[in-house]
Amino acid sequence: MTAVSEARSTGRLLLIAGVIKDMASRPSGLIGMSLVAFHVLIAILSPWIVPYDYKAVSVELMFNPPSGNHIFGTDHLGRDVFTRTLMGGREALVVTGFATPLAVIWGGFIGILLGLVGGRIDEVLMRIVDAFLSLPWILKMLVLIVTFGTGLEVLIPTLAFFYGIPVIRIARAATLDVVARDFISSARARGHSRLAIVRRELLPNVLDVMLVEGAMRWSWMLLAFSSLSFLGFGVSPPTPDWGLMIADARGYMAFAPWFVLAPIIALSSLIIGINLAADALAKALGIDRSQKAPQ
Amino acid sequence: MIKMILRRLALGAITVCIVSGIIFAGVEILPGDACTAFLERNAQGVALANCRSELGLDRSATERYLEWAGNALVGDLGISAGSSRSIAEMVGDRLNNSLLLALGALILGVPTAIFLGCLTGLRRDRPIDLVFSTSAIFAMTIPEFVSATIMILIFSIWLGWVPGIVLTPAQAPSIEFFPEVILPMVVLALVMTAHILRLVRSSVIEVMAGDYVQMATLKGVPYWQIVFRHALPNALLPAINVVALTIAWLLGGVVVIEVVFNYPGLGRMMIDAISDRDLPIVQAIALIVATVYVGVNLFADVLSLILNPRLRTMYARKS
Repeated sequence: MTAVSEARSTGRLLLIAGVIKDMASRPSGLIGMSLVAFHVLIAILSPWIVPYDYKAVSVELMFNPPSGNHIFGTDHLGRDVFTRTLMGGREALVVTGFATPLAVIWGGFIGILLGLVGGRIDEVLMRIVDAFLSLPWILKMLVLIVTFGTGLEVLIPTLAFFYGIPVIRIARAATLDVVARDFISSARARGHSRLAIVRRELLPNVLDVMLVEGAMRWSWMLLAFSSLSFLGFGVSPPTPDWGLMIADARGYMAFAPWFVLAPIIALSSLIIGINLAADALAKALGIDRSQKAPQ
Repeated sequence: MIKMILRRLALGAITVCIVSGIIFAGVEILPGDACTAFLERNAQGVALANCRSELGLDRSATERYLEWAGNALVGDLGISAGSSRSIAEMVGDRLNNSLLLALGALILGVPTAIFLGCLTGLRRDRPIDLVFSTSAIFAMTIPEFVSATIMILIFSIWLGWVPGIVLTPAQAPSIEFFPEVILPMVVLALVMTAHILRLVRSSVIEVMAGDYVQMATLKGVPYWQIVFRHALPNALLPAINVVALTIAWLLGGVVVIEVVFNYPGLGRMMIDAISDRDLPIVQAIALIVATVYVGVNLFADVLSLILNPRLRTMYARKS
């Protein structure tokens, strides 16, 4: 038993290593993965490597252009923009890092179940999913956030809940697609039990789709999170956050462009990195997402 | 065929009904109501009870839902809790402004997207394809508020070509929003173009690799005739649905852009209403946006059914 499970887990590790190698073999995949790894590393290490205190306010240092001491200049309160840019992704990565897997797991679970069960329940629940999708995301989220506050304990479940709903659709479609294939009917003909078919034939195939979906969800969630921060419904000051920094800096763009450009470059490079990595992951797993419209 | 269209219509109507239920229930579940928001700290005892009976909030939820949904059906969206004005009237101006913005973005974006999508699809992996496809990835992945901020920085602050902020009041006639509305239109068109371009491109590539295109080539049909007579009509069909999604997005989801440019559209009204806890307005806007979403998608579905003979027969056989 242990030997078998060990062999299976080393097999799985080899598989993961193979996928990562495939992703890295494409230039866009390599760039994407490096950008994501870079940002995650910075987010973890930034409290120890930043040169200044992120909330140290100073009147003399207001709107200093980039210089040797402050390489990205200073902001409207005299805080070091470089420090705040390095730390500005932490909150976003923590929230989306928890909310993305949660969304994919709950949406995927319900979707696979609906795909397998079908019938009346499926019909009714899919109508409800459609109904939820027809409401703008920002409205659904803002109503909850305005009511319950903007802490992590609100943002994570809110994002996970609403971003899991479209996952239901994808997981259901993937399940229906796999169930109709030949290897499922041949497993059935071999006399395997339902559970065994689901576990060994269905899940591995649907899981690939879910992984790619999760990667895409991550970038959309990051987008949603920073948009919320930008609108003033996300991270509360003085915690550094890119969306919030861009919102603050917009008013001073005309004479302090460094203040707005630093968080813009940081946020954009992370989102583009995730997208490139997700694209490479889809190609490495042999899933074509080019036809799907965003949701 | 007609049966199928009717079926779609029925499904759409059911979805709108469910949405109205979700909107109503969602607002109902939230702690507090229009009266506690309006009275704030004075919300207790007689004042609260009076306010509630005045607004009819003391009746059962089902009763209020039926009244609300029934009134909405005939165009009466209720009264704003904050300003005691008719919501239909307040929403009217904003909807007009949102339509202006959406229309401008569509006129700019859709033809550009289809043209560039075909061009990049037909010239796959050539320099022109790489340039436009890569720019499209950038345009669709970067958050809207970031691209909007960059555009304001370049075109309105550095170059000074167009104003970067809208100062015209919400009730002004559409023509007065020029030239302020140009930059938001361009930003929306840019994001939209990127999405449609990518889809048209992959669709063109797929169609051009099809058997019938190869057949036509072997028969000696001139290249441009193949492209215009055989490939493009098929390749552009999937674009209908994406354009529909885009229209729905333009009319409901451009909150961030409206805030960035201070544009008085539906999106900003929604944000303000949520911040002020003016729930009747939130409900009304949610219902309008959801209905537009369902309606536009329905229209696109029916249109592609009519235009695509294969889809038509496939569904006919199924049902």
